[in-house]
Amino acid sequence: MYRYDEFDRDFVAARVAQFRDQVARRLAGELSEDEFKPLRLMNGVYLQLHAYMLRVAIPYGTLNARQMRMLGHIAETYDKGYGHFTTRQNIQFNWPRLVDIPDILAELASVEMHAIQTSGNCIRNVTTDQFAGVARDEIADPRVYAEILRQWSTIHPEFVFLPRKFKIAITGAAHDRAAIQVHDIGLQVKRDDAGRIGFAVYVGGGQGRTPMIAKLVRDFLPEEDLIAYTEAILRVYNLYGRRDNKYKARIKILVHETGIDELRKDIEAEFARIRDGALRLPRADIDAINAYFAPPAWTDLPDDSAELAAARRADAGFDRWVANNVAAHKAPGHAIVTISLKPIGGPPGDATAGQMAAIADLAERYSHDELRISHEQNVILPHVEKRHLKAVYEALKATDLAAANAGLITDIIACPGLDYCALANARSIPIAQRLSERFADPAREEEIGELKIKISGCINACGHHHVGHIGILGVDRKGEEFYQITLGGSADERTSIGEIVGPGFSTGDVVGAVEKIVDTYLAVRHSRDEDFLATYRRVGQRPFKEALYG
Amino acid sequence: MKLITANRLFDGAVVFLAAEGWVADIARAAVLNAADAIEAGLAAATRAVADRHVVDVNVIEVTLDAAGLPVPVRLRERIRAFGPTVPFGEAARERLAA
Repeated sequence: MYRYDEFDRDFVAARVAQFRDQVARRLAGELSEDEFKPLRLMNGVYLQLHAYMLRVAIPYGTLNARQMRMLGHIAETYDKGYGHFTTRQNIQFNWPRLVDIPDILAELASVEMHAIQTSGNCIRNVTTDQFAGVARDEIADPRVYAEILRQWSTIHPEFVFLPRKFKIAITGAAHDRAAIQVHDIGLQVKRDDAGRIGFAVYVGGGQGRTPMIAKLVRDFLPEEDLIAYTEAILRVYNLYGRRDNKYKARIKILVHETGIDELRKDIEAEFARIRDGALRLPRADIDAINAYFAPPAWTDLPDDSAELAAARRADAGFDRWVANNVAAHKAPGHAIVTISLKPIGGPPGDATAGQMAAIADLAERYSHDELRISHEQNVILPHVEKRHLKAVYEALKATDLAAANAGLITDIIACPGLDYCALANARSIPIAQRLSERFADPAREEEIGELKIKISGCINACGHHHVGHIGILGVDRKGEEFYQITLGGSADERTSIGEIVGPGFSTGDVVGAVEKIVDTYLAVRHSRDEDFLATYRRVGQRPFKEALYG
Repeated sequence: MKLITANRLFDGAVVFLAAEGWVADIARAAVLNAADAIEAGLAAATRAVADRHVVDVNVIEVTLDAAGLPVPVRLRERIRAFGPTVPFGEAARERLAA
């Protein structure tokens, strides 16, 4: 994985010192809250319902054991013993004291981590496929390009005060696990007819109060033009994006109001002007970044493991966990493990300090010191030898991390909601907990198959409800929490925005409503092979509406 | 009935204006009825902001429970006053493991 060079180290250390000074000046009265707020936000510090919240960047969701152990240490030392992994592959601490945050940032810097550009109207942490570098269907490792974009975008002076925040996602495979079409820029790695690596470039996707699917702005962008083209998009957005209304300031609105064909002309014109200049990526630089992401020294193994097969036969719980939480790895005899942070009845995405330390131990022992965070709020061990899966499973069980539900109905995405967030209108976590308890029976979960429930506590959609197969949006109706249900959303290569099924449901009724939707799906699907989304796309809303509203 | 709430600057903790100053326990908060009492409370809060004790001052509506203690009307403010409605951290893990 990428390691800081001298520039990175000096830069992050300088930012820590700068923020330490800013906090001291705020506490001494030299800075007003109005002056201080944009400075703290630039360092990932929010003021939420109960306390400050610190959002720490996990670049493209990749970290090593030392870094995970540090996150646990921070949770234990400066917070209340846990952290919350987010849909942007970051982690949030919910209770840090402002006076401690400079020390926290210094501790993070010691393991090459920071909180820069995790907030504010700038280019945020670039997200990518949690299976990057190990997926069998991958064309190239998208983290290479995410790192190139990180280096280019970090405190880029032209793009620090954009009209609004700006999010970029990259997938290295045709099957999109990074939700690229609901990002400001989505990049899909592909090859042209000559076999050269490049990108399909999408622009103007997003969720929030105006969900939009990104438009294809360029079918093939050569690899070496990544920065020039991205800069051209940002420059056009910075020039024409609205600054008079924050709800219309994202690039998706510019794309929608201008039209992709018109905007493409502007982007291509700017690209033509700058593409042969300093922004063209030299081959040597691409190769140097690639070297950071070179695969570890995988053991030469046969793909089938007799130990694994025997262990699966002997332990039904392990067999189920392997079936749901283990994915195919590109190296024979290896596997990708998803550690579910969705225990039945638990808060989605949370991990305790002890669990973080245990995960770090497993990464060192069994996964070449590598971990990933998924946008679905789980943790990945990307390089586990199949013969070691049973040992990993037993270790996870010992620390309550062996939920065998990855991709199933209880693997629910949920934002912090009104239990923590100052913007939320309704709670998300208790709904997720009750839903997972309702569908806790393993046999029932498997009968239902892949089904993604995503819950947001407000229209800002941090819980990705717009792209949930079943989406749940919490709203405030005359002081009461209500939940609006959408159906048919998806964030993969066939991205779709969920459609509102009808009037919302009270806190008491929403879990029963979801159960009716699921029972209706089971009744109308052609077979077990027709998943919820395929069924919905075939039958539409009608049977679900009838079941819900009679 | 109203009371005045804010977050403490140095640590962000939720606090309420009381006769003796800013307190973390809503049960000790000063419940304000009259307009002039609210105005005086806001003046004290403005001074506390200037003195860098608190930020993000708000006046919230409350009712009194059976014991005569203030309870915010809005769920948002109840969660601010009494904490998340779900267990978290080790407590959540232990509850699930039990």
